[in-house]
Amino acid sequence: MSKATRQAFGEALAKLGETHPEIVVLDADLAKSTKSELFMKKFPERFFEMGIQEANMIGVAAGLAFTGKLPFLCSFGAFLTGRFDTIRLSVAYSNANVRLIGTHAGVGIGDDGHSQMALEDIALMRTLPGMGVFQPMDARDTEQLMDYLVNTWKGPAYLRLTRQNLPDLTPSEHVFNPLKLTPIRKTTGTSKPVVLIGTGGTLGEAVQASEKLNAAGVASEVWNATSLKPFDHETTSKLASSARLMVTVEDHSVIGGLGDCVAEVLATLSQHAPLVKLGIQDQFGESGEGPELYEKFGISASKIVESIQRKLG
Amino acid sequence: MLPATHKSVEELTSLSKEFREWIIEMLTEAKSGHPGGSLSAIDFLTALWFSEMRGVESADRLADDRDRFVLSKGHGVPALYAILAKKGFFPREELKTLRRTGSRLQGHPDRQRLPIVEASTGSLGQGLSVAQGLAMGLRLQGKNSMVYCMMGDGEIQEGQIWEAAMSAPKYKLSNLCAILDQNGGQIDGPVSEVMPIEPVCDKWAAFGWYVMDIDGHDFAEIQKALAEVRARHERGETKPVFIRARTVKGKGVSFMENKIEWHGAAPKAAEAAKAIAEIRAAR
Repeated sequence: MSKATRQAFGEALAKLGETHPEIVVLDADLAKSTKSELFMKKFPERFFEMGIQEANMIGVAAGLAFTGKLPFLCSFGAFLTGRFDTIRLSVAYSNANVRLIGTHAGVGIGDDGHSQMALEDIALMRTLPGMGVFQPMDARDTEQLMDYLVNTWKGPAYLRLTRQNLPDLTPSEHVFNPLKLTPIRKTTGTSKPVVLIGTGGTLGEAVQASEKLNAAGVASEVWNATSLKPFDHETTSKLASSARLMVTVEDHSVIGGLGDCVAEVLATLSQHAPLVKLGIQDQFGESGEGPELYEKFGISASKIVESIQRKLG
Repeated sequence: MLPATHKSVEELTSLSKEFREWIIEMLTEAKSGHPGGSLSAIDFLTALWFSEMRGVESADRLADDRDRFVLSKGHGVPALYAILAKKGFFPREELKTLRRTGSRLQGHPDRQRLPIVEASTGSLGQGLSVAQGLAMGLRLQGKNSMVYCMMGDGEIQEGQIWEAAMSAPKYKLSNLCAILDQNGGQIDGPVSEVMPIEPVCDKWAAFGWYVMDIDGHDFAEIQKALAEVRARHERGETKPVFIRARTVKGKGVSFMENKIEWHGAAPKAAEAAKAIAEIRAAR
């Protein structure tokens, strides 16, 4: 079964609303797209339609948080980061207990084109002190992450969600810990593996790429990063010490995203495997079918394999 | 919640003179800051904090149902610090730490270091949105508290202000009062030249606010307006209130009044002495 993480988010939010009266939800005329409408229909008195005013919505959410509410504010990630100054001052600098929900991550949204694609959001949000930055890998991960964001996380957090459906990838025996990298596919060989790390929409591509590599005799394994901040330095360091090659795959700019999360760890190690950062290479997105765009921007399974084989020579 | 102690015009006049002195002293000590907009705002803020706001007597009694004040024009914060020192939120001596490394008294309000400022501000245009959220949250909690937000006249050139101006009437926030400290000046010159905002009262009325237009240095007028704001809320009116307070930039120090160069420059010791002598001599 596959599901968009925005859908899993909307369902989880509506469910959490039953047991958490402090949750309030704000949307800026995109409730149908962000799936916050599932909460709206169930709890209209705790849902605020803020109109096409993202900056005001962000400030209002901060004010609501200061009176003890737990606001979830929802829009496309691209439109939230467009109001970065308000997030920076009214939310982050005030340590407002706000959940910023940015849907429509990356080129994976397809047809609508660059203006609607969140491609810099991880990079921007990571720079804000105290801001958690999370991107779940599938529906089950989203559900568990939502529980964590309501019951455990304190202070501001950004949640990055996909428009497109994602395959179920959470391992069945997985013990949820969003702050640790999750092993998705372990290598079977004894040689040093290529280590692929994916996040959100690209994880399924990384898994397929790994299968192709293994079939071609290249040992590889796949890990998932749900938390981009805090980032799991410990596991990343271990992987980088034993890997043949590190490869990050993300539907986001390679500047400041998952690739740089890993690069920042590698830079502290005296010895580590080289790193290939796959993602949007300092380019704008464009219209097209999501899978075609994954191909064009080099983050489809086959393109991942090509990049790795080219690097391995 | 006990009502605020009503203060006489004489008492408020005396308090605001004291605060003007402290503003000059702290800016001189800090060697930087914004005297013009602090001095234009201090009379309104004195009346608001000492004759109207409830539940804000001192830090150890910070109540959930206190009235809230957001200084959206964050650069005017020396005026707020003077008031908070008098109220006992920190020792008066601490005013000397303004803008110093490690101080709670940051150059612009910092909610994490000093929670009573309610919102971190300083990037203009953001405070009214936070105030709107506070008003919505207090109402959800069934509190009757008021939320006040002071904006600068240059500040309302920011687009986000007009988002909040459009939004608050939708939610019928009669517990929200926006105050415009209209001192007519901003860094690059007169507001009327940099980016005209008039007819400002008509604009807020058109957006759905109940508008009052007062002299922002006349304590009796300020007190009357603020009493009406609360009375409107308590009798179930639905509009948020906009008060245009006509003020003088640098008010109370003759060589600073309406001089744009005093927007963001601190006085030197000799200038400070002259300013303080003048403030003390004023009636």
